[in-house]
Amino acid sequence: MSTARDILAVEKVNKSFHDPVTVQVLKDVAFSVARGEFVSITGKSGCGKSTLLYILSTMDTDYQGDVVIDDERTHGLDGERLAAIRNEKIGFVFQFHYLLPEFSVLRNVMLPGLKLGRKDAAEVEADAMERLRELDMADQALKMANQLSGGQKQRVAIARALINDPLIIMGDEPTGNLDKRNADTVFGIFQRIAAEHRRSLLIVTHDPDFAARTDRNIVMDDGRIVG
Amino acid sequence: MKLLLSIAVTLLRAKLRQSIVAAVGVMFSITMFVALLGFMNGLNDLLDGLILNRTAHIRLYNELQATPRQPIAVEQDGQRVAGTPPAHHFVRSVKPKDDLPRLRNGEAIMRAMERDPRVLAVSPRLVAQVFFNVGTVDLNGQVSGIDVAQEIRHYRFGDHLTRGDPQDLATGSNTVVLGKGLADMMAADLGETVQVTTATGDRAMLRVVGIFQSGIAEYDKVQCYANIRTVQKLLARPAGYYTDINLKLHDLASAPAMARELAARFKVDAVDIQTANAQFETGTTVRTIISYAVGVVLLIVAGFGIYNILNMMIYEKLDTIAILKATGFNGADVRRIFLSLSMIIGLVGGLAGLVAGLVLQVLIDHLPFNTAALPTITTFPVDHSPRYFIIAVSFALLTTWVAGWFPARKASRVDPVEIIRGK
Repeated sequence: MSTARDILAVEKVNKSFHDPVTVQVLKDVAFSVARGEFVSITGKSGCGKSTLLYILSTMDTDYQGDVVIDDERTHGLDGERLAAIRNEKIGFVFQFHYLLPEFSVLRNVMLPGLKLGRKDAAEVEADAMERLRELDMADQALKMANQLSGGQKQRVAIARALINDPLIIMGDEPTGNLDKRNADTVFGIFQRIAAEHRRSLLIVTHDPDFAARTDRNIVMDDGRIVG
Repeated sequence: MKLLLSIAVTLLRAKLRQSIVAAVGVMFSITMFVALLGFMNGLNDLLDGLILNRTAHIRLYNELQATPRQPIAVEQDGQRVAGTPPAHHFVRSVKPKDDLPRLRNGEAIMRAMERDPRVLAVSPRLVAQVFFNVGTVDLNGQVSGIDVAQEIRHYRFGDHLTRGDPQDLATGSNTVVLGKGLADMMAADLGETVQVTTATGDRAMLRVVGIFQSGIAEYDKVQCYANIRTVQKLLARPAGYYTDINLKLHDLASAPAMARELAARFKVDAVDIQTANAQFETGTTVRTIISYAVGVVLLIVAGFGIYNILNMMIYEKLDTIAILKATGFNGADVRRIFLSLSMIIGLVGGLAGLVAGLVLQVLIDHLPFNTAALPTITTFPVDHSPRYFIIAVSFALLTTWVAGWFPARKASRVDPVEIIRGK
């Protein structure tokens, strides 16, 4: 089911937790995300949507099935290669864990770019400033990360997710901790990324308004895709 | 790697106080290590020098002893009739003839040794037992006739003279340098004369030109020095009559082998410095081991300090580690970050410790230290050898590497999903 224009393909992913009793949290999950597509995943608490997202992000490797990112099968790859895939192809936006408090805003955005090492430090810095400018955060660039408000932090986190021009941005309730106004701003940014930059987005959310406004909404229930 | 290093530095600066505490721990242990070993070794050198500096590397002498092959046995062997069994003889204990343990062919041995390229210095000695006559009392004493110029150059004779000029001993005749204990017992001062009686009953008057103190009181109560010509005259013996020939070698380590060679070649007794002073070697070794043990324990304690602080830091930085991993840093990167963090602490603390250690060494070096036994020493001895600095800093780096490695490995194994979902 993976075609050339699919950025992400999920093939029959199963996962169980074994502690204290075996519970199967994902049952034969399969779908794909095309280039430039804005997809949301909704479902009740405990339906396995976050678990699925962490498998897709390559951070969780304990599952059956396979995840294909940019035509590369990721199941069974070593930690170093998976880290490289995360670095280059996936941008991640979390609900709570925003930024590294020891670093400045600019440095936070730059770090994944410096790690990738495709450009020198000056170019990465210029890129980072450009991303911050797009998100109206350029004036905060030299502040420390912990001096920002929640909405500002989330925008910086999005800038960081974009620094390496990833193929897909994944978010785990990125607006869950924001007020309505900030949530709208973040949604607007996501929409623009999909439309203008032709990046795919896969966002887990429990906000039905948010989900309704995306290109496609995947509904999960009890470890299965139901709609 | 540059990126990882800059991340490590940023993390360190965020926890500046803890990092400084850890670095101070390393610094303290390095300081103590360097100062302790420098001081210990300075003391060792001083104590060894007390004996070793004025001891010949090889001493050639002739020990008086009954010959193991008694004349009767030689005689019997010579006249044995073929076919008869060897007879048992009962004549034993033939005593040695000459009363002075002179070295036969002393002058020839001297000349041979002066030509030997392995030998740094050759100096003859003539040791005689005498009595010092103080009123009606006779004090037991030992006069060593020495080649004064050679002894000053190679055996630091002048170092032990508390009063008087050693040159007076070289130039004057019938002059003597007394041990401090001996001079005190005789109440003899510089310029006065003392009367000596030799073992054969000859008497002579010697003028005191110096007082020496060796650091070993018993020795100073019997020992005195005179020009070798003076002693030869005293005993009515010709020039070239020696009891000892002392050798200083270029290579101290070759002394035992060379002593055996010379003993066989000249048919004399030869003792090397290692054999004669085995107990000093042992003392030195034990003191060195103890100081190293204390120093190493200090470094290990500092290592535990780093281990603790790093462990704590990793718990506090779990979020940071998770984010780094989520954004594409792999386990090895995280491990390197925390390892370099530890190494920076070790390096900064170590270098600061070297400087502080040097300062402490200099301080100890200036502390007054006066002891009757060591007249020429006025401050505590310290060995400033760079060896201890090198050992200390390499050991500090090793300890911090090991102390950093375990927490760093733990950090590299942090599962970001667990941390991120845990909130």
